[in-house]
Amino acid sequence: MSMTPVEIPIIPKIRKNAILTFLSRGTRVDERSFDSPREINIKTDLIPNANGSSYVELGKTKVLAGIKVEPGTPFPDTPQEGNLIVSVEFLPHASPVFEPGPPDERAVELARIIDRSLRDVRAIDLSKMVITPGRKVWNIFIDIYVVDYDGNMIDASSIATMLALLTAKIPKVSTTETGEIIISEEKSENIPVKKKVVTATIAKITDENTGNKYYIADPSLEEEMIADTLVTIAFSEDGLITGMQKSGLSSIHSDDIPKILNMSRKLAEKYLAKINEYITLKTSTTPSI
Amino acid sequence: MGILKPGIKLFTDEGLRIDGRRPDQLRPIKIEVGVLKNADGSAYVEYGNTKILAAVYGPRDPGARHILLPNRATLRCRYHMAPFSTHERKSPAPSRREIELSKVIREALEPAVIVEAFPRTVIDIFIEVLNADGGTRTAGVTAASLALADAGIPMRDLVAGVAVGKVQGILVLDENEQEDMYGEADLPVAAMPTLREITLLQLNGVLTEEEFYKALELAWQGINQIYKLQKEALKKRYAGAEEEE
Repeated sequence: MSMTPVEIPIIPKIRKNAILTFLSRGTRVDERSFDSPREINIKTDLIPNANGSSYVELGKTKVLAGIKVEPGTPFPDTPQEGNLIVSVEFLPHASPVFEPGPPDERAVELARIIDRSLRDVRAIDLSKMVITPGRKVWNIFIDIYVVDYDGNMIDASSIATMLALLTAKIPKVSTTETGEIIISEEKSENIPVKKKVVTATIAKITDENTGNKYYIADPSLEEEMIADTLVTIAFSEDGLITGMQKSGLSSIHSDDIPKILNMSRKLAEKYLAKINEYITLKTSTTPSI
Repeated sequence: MGILKPGIKLFTDEGLRIDGRRPDQLRPIKIEVGVLKNADGSAYVEYGNTKILAAVYGPRDPGARHILLPNRATLRCRYHMAPFSTHERKSPAPSRREIELSKVIREALEPAVIVEAFPRTVIDIFIEVLNADGGTRTAGVTAASLALADAGIPMRDLVAGVAVGKVQGILVLDENEQEDMYGEADLPVAAMPTLREITLLQLNGVLTEEEFYKALELAWQGINQIYKLQKEALKKRYAGAEEEE
């Protein structure tokens, strides 16, 4: 059963007022503009035993994503496709309010948002992830670890997922003359990422005293704590909307939707630029074998 | 959302849908309020073959004190599908989908309920899908908001929900299960119609920006129609109670 969060981390009233005062002056406590994300730091290939891994810092939010690719059986309704399985774990390390145990509703929701953002737009060409058609396919397990929580886990997870997918290596599959299928020991193939996709989250903060509404990109934890609603929109690099989710205790006025959509699109472009910059730099500096 | 299997036709040559509707047409909607004796509030809603039973208990004392909030009521919500509601039996254990939808539906109702009126209490909302034929979450929200009203809980507005699908390039209102399964996108929306506040917004699938705005407009059309039916059902239950039988 889903319940109104009761373990709300307490934000001092003076801090809340400070955040609102900054917003009323058109800026934010950390000196960002309303549409700017925090600084993004990226590392990949940190986990030798994983097929792909990435570590993303979005401000002080830290997310580690690991990909394992293993042979499995296809689902009956998609016999010619590999499988994509996304899971999210909030490590107890990440926040005093995270407890060990099975994923809570927020972790389930987050995993499903990431999954949906990738699936229908066919960000990964799952038809290329087949070993023996109808019998054996690759299972792509994406496991997202939230390591330190300072707001906006969704976008940090989405960026980490994309980077882990783009840098993952999987074994080469070949068929011998006798028709035998050989999965090589060496991991030399890429996961067929056809389109890069990222989510972009906008928070709505309402000043109860003035009634003013503020929309801000990539909320930090303290901004999230006083925000009443979040809207996450996923975009593919060719500009399509590939997913959407409103969350939080309040609502969004119909007239504000275009503003949110424009802000999130620009935010997504910034995330994608960062991902592209990292991948370009990595491929240009990695010595060829 | 799957790839269209060859041979499956979702529109007639005249441009009508498999169940005979125009693209902008809702299914036949049935709404009944106050259908249960014990619940503080209840409602039964049908969108075509999607059948939902919603019950509300509260504001009440949950027993467990630690879930109470000093300044407002705590909302609890369960969206659950009956094992017999689907083509293949669904395990009664809550799936990841049901866990997510319970949260999304709770957050669609939170903005409507005047929770500040009932500090240190809990309001329980139970949504049971008896038969699933697409649009179960939005029909669930529609039913739950009526059950809350039936329980006498003060609200800013009713919440009405409907999904818009993109099927073979065409935007369709209130898609059924087949259209959802073989369509390219599903956009469930719920809102407080008088306030024009959107309380549930999800997108599964792919839309261009232009399609999204058109789909949202179509959703509003459906929501406004459903809102009318919700109010009629409430009036029938309360204003017209004596006239009946």
